Amino acid sequence: MLGKLTWEAIPFNEPIPLIAAGVVGLILAAVLAWVVLKGHLPYLWREWITSVDHKRIGVMYCVLALVMLIRGFIDAVMMRSQQALAFHGPGYLPPEHYDQIFSAHGTIMIFFVAMPFVVGLMNYVVPLQLGVRDVAFPTLNSVAFWLTATGALLVNVSMVVGEFARTGWLPFPPLSELAYSPGVGVDYYCWALQLSGIGTLVGGINLVTTILKTRAPGMRYTRMPVFCWTSLASNLLIVASFPVLTATLAMLLLDRYLGFHFFTNEAGGNPMMFMNLIWIWGHPEVYILVLPAFGVFSEVVSTFSGKPLFGYRSMVMATMAICILSFLVWLHHFFTMGAGADVNGFFGVMTMIIAVPTGVKVFNWLFTMYRGRVRFTAAMHWAIGFMVTFVIGGMTGVLMSIPPADFVLHNSLFLVAHFHNVAIGAVLFGALAGYTFWFPKAFGFALDERLGKAAFWCWLIGFYVAFVPLYVVGLEGMTRRLQHYDQPQWHPWLLVAGVGSLIILCGIGFLVAQLVVSIRSRVRRTEPTGDPWDARTLEWATSSPPPYFNFAVMPNVKGEEHYWNIKQAARKRMALGPEPEYEAIEMPRNSPTGFVTAFFGTVIGFALVWHIVWMAILGLAGAYATFVVFAWRDHGEEVVSRDEVARIDRANRLARKVAITEVTT
Amino acid sequence: MRFMMNNRGCRPQTLKSGLRGRGRAVVPAALIVMLSGCEGVLDPAGPIGRSERLILLDSLAIMLAIVVPTILCTLAFAWWFRASNRRAAYAPTWEYSGRLELLVWSVPALVVCFLGGIAWIGSHDLDPAKPLPPVRPALEVDVVALDWKWLFIYPEQHVASLNRLVTPIGTPLHLRLTSASVMNVFFVPQLGSEIYAMNGMVTELNLQADREGHFFGLAAHFNGDGFSDMTFDTESVSSKMFDDWVRRAQSAEPVLDAAAYRELLRQSVNVAPMMFGRVTPGLFDAVATQALPPGEGPKLSARGDAKTSADDST
Amino acid sequence: MSAEAPAVSMIAAPASPVDVTGHGDGGPAPRHIIVGYGFWIFLISDIVMFSAFFAAYAVLASATAGGPGPKQLFDLHNVAIETACLLLSSFSCGIASLAVADRRIWLTQGALLVTGLLGATFLGLEVHEFAHLVAANAGPERSAFLSSFFALVGCHGAHITAGLLWLGTMMAQFQAKGFRADIRRRYLCFSLFWHALDIVWVAIFSLVYLNGALT
Repeated sequence: MLGKLTWEAIPFNEPIPLIAAGVVGLILAAVLAWVVLKGHLPYLWREWITSVDHKRIGVMYCVLALVMLIRGFIDAVMMRSQQALAFHGPGYLPPEHYDQIFSAHGTIMIFFVAMPFVVGLMNYVVPLQLGVRDVAFPTLNSVAFWLTATGALLVNVSMVVGEFARTGWLPFPPLSELAYSPGVGVDYYCWALQLSGIGTLVGGINLVTTILKTRAPGMRYTRMPVFCWTSLASNLLIVASFPVLTATLAMLLLDRYLGFHFFTNEAGGNPMMFMNLIWIWGHPEVYILVLPAFGVFSEVVSTFSGKPLFGYRSMVMATMAICILSFLVWLHHFFTMGAGADVNGFFGVMTMIIAVPTGVKVFNWLFTMYRGRVRFTAAMHWAIGFMVTFVIGGMTGVLMSIPPADFVLHNSLFLVAHFHNVAIGAVLFGALAGYTFWFPKAFGFALDERLGKAAFWCWLIGFYVAFVPLYVVGLEGMTRRLQHYDQPQWHPWLLVAGVGSLIILCGIGFLVAQLVVSIRSRVRRTEPTGDPWDARTLEWATSSPPPYFNFAVMPNVKGEEHYWNIKQAARKRMALGPEPEYEAIEMPRNSPTGFVTAFFGTVIGFALVWHIVWMAILGLAGAYATFVVFAWRDHGEEVVSRDEVARIDRANRLARKVAITEVTT
Repeated sequence: MRFMMNNRGCRPQTLKSGLRGRGRAVVPAALIVMLSGCEGVLDPAGPIGRSERLILLDSLAIMLAIVVPTILCTLAFAWWFRASNRRAAYAPTWEYSGRLELLVWSVPALVVCFLGGIAWIGSHDLDPAKPLPPVRPALEVDVVALDWKWLFIYPEQHVASLNRLVTPIGTPLHLRLTSASVMNVFFVPQLGSEIYAMNGMVTELNLQADREGHFFGLAAHFNGDGFSDMTFDTESVSSKMFDDWVRRAQSAEPVLDAAAYRELLRQSVNVAPMMFGRVTPGLFDAVATQALPPGEGPKLSARGDAKTSADDST
Repeated sequence: MSAEAPAVSMIAAPASPVDVTGHGDGGPAPRHIIVGYGFWIFLISDIVMFSAFFAAYAVLASATAGGPGPKQLFDLHNVAIETACLLLSSFSCGIASLAVADRRIWLTQGALLVTGLLGATFLGLEVHEFAHLVAANAGPERSAFLSSFFALVGCHGAHITAGLLWLGTMMAQFQAKGFRADIRRRYLCFSLFWHALDIVWVAIFSLVYLNGALT
């Protein structure tokens, strides 16, 4: 009746997951109770859950990312503490459990922290920077978000009902085949990623179409902000690479469920093919994550240097070069598989070539600061910390792209330190810089600067304390994913790394404190003009938060840095331009389609994990019904009246007029 | 937070304390000095490892020549051009310079050209399948990666050793590797290159130990619950001691035939090193061509998760 | 900037529909262009997914594990009929597109019905072929070659199945709501999908069946 599911699936005899699940369950219940009892549910449903507004969806993506950051980081602390303790001893995590923790850590951090964070920022900012009202397909955008949340939900459910994969964050066969992983862990992993992968792909299609086909009048390609260019490159990569992930995981699922032989040892299966296919996706994936972060830094560095970004065209070319080159390097993830000198050499050289446009970007940021007026806001702290940290990470990457060097460093903690160096130093710092930079736009008040800087220093110092020892210990021959070890020379370094993870924990604590403190003092921090940073791009032309329709009248873009130019002209005149002619605006209506689709997605995923066939069929029927119901609706849009538009815009114009006519130095 | 009209940055004190914390260019150099005494990749015991260390350190030095100035410039520019420093020039519309563009593209490109040459030549010189100079005839060892132990078959001596690799000094070691089940990686950090070992396939690796000693060996690709126990000792001895060892091995009782091999296939951890006095000829090839089928994985426990048959020793 | 420097919020309406190209100078493109373009991007991503299955097939085509290979298994007569069905269904789908443009409901429904029947025939023949292979101990569990064959051709068949569901829904929508603009946009997407599946079938037909049976 319930497939493979029995009461045994709940870990009654394992204290750690049981307690963790209990704590999470209590927190969830408390939050839910507070929401319902305070009467917030209708508001949440109307304004957030069924919203198709790219701004709301962007915020929800970032919230998902931050929540999952905490879950993934707890895994990290457990891993570091296990390795600090497990010298000549078993530590406190048996292998079966430890293996799930490092697999969950990687899966969550990449798919449910980094991806949602950058996708959320792109969703929020790109339509505003392009001067338009929403993305190309708003309801599909909601579907994309909720499917991502489904994936996150399934991964977390696996902790309580069943188990998670024990293969690492990429399920290499033959270990991930049914013969060597007979439990449901790999199935949870695969279905969670298949569902959220649909979401990611749909989001990618959405943003590509938005950037290429729906820009404001006058917004030529060469006038788009660099963040939009990097978003374009990142989403093109999503469209081109995620289908490969879908196909590869589908092949693994066919092997596990229907006895196919894509990657099995017997009957002609080819595990090496999995490595190739998965890394053909996997390498572009890391550029999907890092390119938007680069875009954030371009915006942050130029805004807080008081200068336009240096070398705009160079940056654009470098971005698109990285986009294309990222598909030509995948074999560097398995130089040691014995492909031969020519193949290894080719991929080594190609990998190095990517360092060229990346280096160009770093130099361009450097020269943006040169002869600027640098303001050390929290966002700028993240940017400078990134510039210092990322070049080291990039350097160790180029080091490992030399095949003979990789022959002694492959899969070691040196590799782990390298990718954390770039993942934390570029992607996470970029996401946090973007979060800090655009928070006032989204909510009308800025985050507390002091706590933000404290968070930054903890993250920066904690990162070095945690990962420099890992570089060392990797050079001493330690491989990754060890649950215990007997080498005495590794032990002190792993202790230091453990301390580093605690420093980072303080950083996360400061981030939480920053949010809480800022929300509680938000009235005092309100910034009425919508432009707290004296910034340069179009999103700062709106109020904070922007109205549902973003712009009362779509801007007619003339030249690069259109908003900056208008602002400077208005400052010189000490007056705003004339009031525009307002018109009624049609905006897409909210819809529960996304949420309901994801609900059925969760049902389908859970049912397939446990082989509950009738539940899976019901879920599929439900998903199809949702699609039909959505297709059947007659009114997809609602009208915002001209008076309403005028009222909202006039309020913002008033605030800006006050700011401009106030005489300061 | 009224930044629309006001360009003031934050207090300089924040940055001063920052610079102290951020002067980390010094650290890599110190590390190299500290590490050269430690076991591992930076303390190689053979020619392959030595060449790889040379490439590693040379490439690091070349790249530091770019990375260190970049980091210093970042901090210097941020500091000098801080908003409160009115002595610094301010060029609010300067956003392009052809000469700088040329520099900025060509410097990384040149470095990449140089390193690319190292990569190409190094890939060929240090290809795992490339035999070492035959100062002496190479010693053939066939390696089977099992769950979770290493089997070393010496086909010319007709002996086998479990979890211990013994090699004579100064003799090229020619390894052929396969796996009995899942993907594995063979790695002796102080000897040099890693190589994958996969079921149904044979990979090749050439190594050599140039000094006596015990070298730590491990599996370097996660392969299941017993992964951390899959370490082995590599012992490098004089030729005479090697011959003695071979003789001792040949008089060992256990025989490695198909039946004994099937016993080894069962998942187990912390297996003490042992020797096999006789090895059925062609055993390795039978494993590599799957004539002897791959090992089985864990059984599903009542709880619905996999419990291995590994000894509970952790 | 001139004395008439534009304000922070600006007048924007494009001068004329002709200016609206979506390429910046005229503003966002018309809705049907946006929808069609987005769907093309989806189709490209779908083709990338198929390429992964094609690549797997190319790698595994010779891994027959001592079992039957393409020469023994592929029935080119059956494949020829399947191909004819799909090609004709693309033709009838094209007729339906013309009928939609002309707002002729019965021609639309008739052409769509023919498309659906031809697609269903294709699917039926394919299921029959699969059943026959499984019965002859040449199912996907037999060897890696067969796994990759079943997955590639089956993936296409799954797309055809989804397409038939979509087709039925489109017929119902035309009947219930007529030729409303959004329904016509959806139909545009459906016809792109159907034609793309035909193109993928041509690739399967050539690279898998013809290549396998004749070399």
